[in-house]
Amino acid sequence: MSEPSASAGIDLHAQQVRKFWLQDKIFHHATQLFAFVVLAALVGILVSLTIEAWPSLKAFGPAFLWTNIWSVPDDEFGALAAIYGTVVTSVLALLIAVPISFGIALFLTETCPVWLRRPLGTAIELLAGIPSIVYGIWGLFVFAPLFAEYIQPPLQNLLGDVPVIGGWFSGPPIGVGILTASIVLSMMVIPFIASVMRDVFETVPDVLRESAYAVGCTTWEVVRNVVLPYTRVGVIGGIMLGLGRALGETMAVTFVIGNANRINGSLFAPGTSIASTLANEFGEADPGLHIASLFELGLVLFIITFVVLAISRWLISRSMGSEGL
Amino acid sequence: MPDQAMPTGENAALQVRNLDFFYGDFKGLNNVNLDIAHKKVTAFIGPSGCGKSTLLRTFNRMYDLYPGQRAEGQILFHGKNLLDKTQDVNLVRAKIGMVFQKPTPFPMTIYENIAFGVRLYERMSKSAMDDRVEWALKKAALWGEVKDKLQQNGLSLSGGQQQRLCIARAVAVKPEIVLLDEPTSALDPISTAKIEELINELKSDYTIAIVTHNMQQAARISDFTAFMYLGELIEFNETGTIFMRPGKKQTEDYITGRFG
Repeated sequence: MSEPSASAGIDLHAQQVRKFWLQDKIFHHATQLFAFVVLAALVGILVSLTIEAWPSLKAFGPAFLWTNIWSVPDDEFGALAAIYGTVVTSVLALLIAVPISFGIALFLTETCPVWLRRPLGTAIELLAGIPSIVYGIWGLFVFAPLFAEYIQPPLQNLLGDVPVIGGWFSGPPIGVGILTASIVLSMMVIPFIASVMRDVFETVPDVLRESAYAVGCTTWEVVRNVVLPYTRVGVIGGIMLGLGRALGETMAVTFVIGNANRINGSLFAPGTSIASTLANEFGEADPGLHIASLFELGLVLFIITFVVLAISRWLISRSMGSEGL
Repeated sequence: MPDQAMPTGENAALQVRNLDFFYGDFKGLNNVNLDIAHKKVTAFIGPSGCGKSTLLRTFNRMYDLYPGQRAEGQILFHGKNLLDKTQDVNLVRAKIGMVFQKPTPFPMTIYENIAFGVRLYERMSKSAMDDRVEWALKKAALWGEVKDKLQQNGLSLSGGQQQRLCIARAVAVKPEIVLLDEPTSALDPISTAKIEELINELKSDYTIAIVTHNMQQAARISDFTAFMYLGELIEFNETGTIFMRPGKKQTEDYITGRFG
């Protein structure tokens, strides 16, 4: 075997380099393309929603957002009742879900005996995997009747006469309604928020935790002053993930919210949400203003979700700024 | 270094008696007996895995955080056994502070890093707290560098400064004993020198126990040195003696670099 000449060696080398360069180039462009598909889909959805909603946008203008009317026979549409239902059920669901998820995540990471950690963690992940329609039928056929019989009347007796908030618990206890939807929603988002919180709590370095214990903190003080500040971004992210899911949740809410296109001050009263209005009416919507209004509702939901995301980003960056980082 | 009297029961801050330690089924410490002298620096040296950090972590019951770890025997602190289940572990830790291998500032401002621990056990006015923060930062030789940026995040400091912040934090709660677990192993030589200087000053007020990988460091800063190997205390004596006239073959081999 003779030794390759020097120039052949360089040629071979140059070929290799060229091949690497080409591979890098292809890889770069391919991944870039995939990333841009996301952007294109986002813009595409926004544009097509706007086009489809155009008749309604033209007919009702911005007043669509604060008009409380939804009349198919009169071709008069306004989104207020649906927006109200969406926002109120989601916010209530979070009010219930966040403290519970927080407790679950804390227990799992800070105080849970080791042998219980895995089974409990798995159970929570399984809960997250249940299809929403299952929550829906369970909510309608099991939870709502029990709620109407055993929880609504005592709640009404207890809080019904309290000024201001008494009104929230007035009206006939029929089981389905805004509050029921909120509770079912909260059960659906708890696994999401809890598992995100657990994951971020686990990212706290042991030595940081130990140093907090080393100055004499109790578990609660460690969590309150070290774990939470350290994981703040992730915790807000988890809550927002839950909120995003609650805002867009369709089937379960459609089952238990009562589907009444009106605003009632009582949380016991039936209402509607954007997603459940869409699910209920798309099938038999007439072409024209009705369908355009449904598309506009979709657009509104899209924007609400976007605003929620923007606010959470802003909260995160602001809280980081205030810590002198 | 002048020869010093070995600590005995009366002048000891901590008395360790027949201490065994278990990680599950593994025995990490085997029948350790020694006294930590009051307001002196006691260094623990030995090869990795010899149990020196384990021993240090029994002094403030840090192992309590981990299921499966347990200590048996006695560590007497003011005449009471620290290992008793009835001992309030948070109070113990307020009296016996600890600084870790890596700097661990809390995710909060420099001021809050110090004030936080103090607030857990003492109620004081804003101005008294300001004074305490300044006092602790001066103790840790950090005041000059941070006095104009107390509201910045502790994480914005350099590694050496962060470690001195952790020392200030440990000192601020006015403990009796400060445990240092390889406090300079993550630092550059200049920061290390500053910390060593600091340890020298701190011993006029505090009892100090330090674990170190660095034998020169032990020789430079400690009054007493304990050499540990495979979970046993091989030799414990005045530092000069350990390094000049070690009593045991293993100790001599280790400090002359023949193993470890």
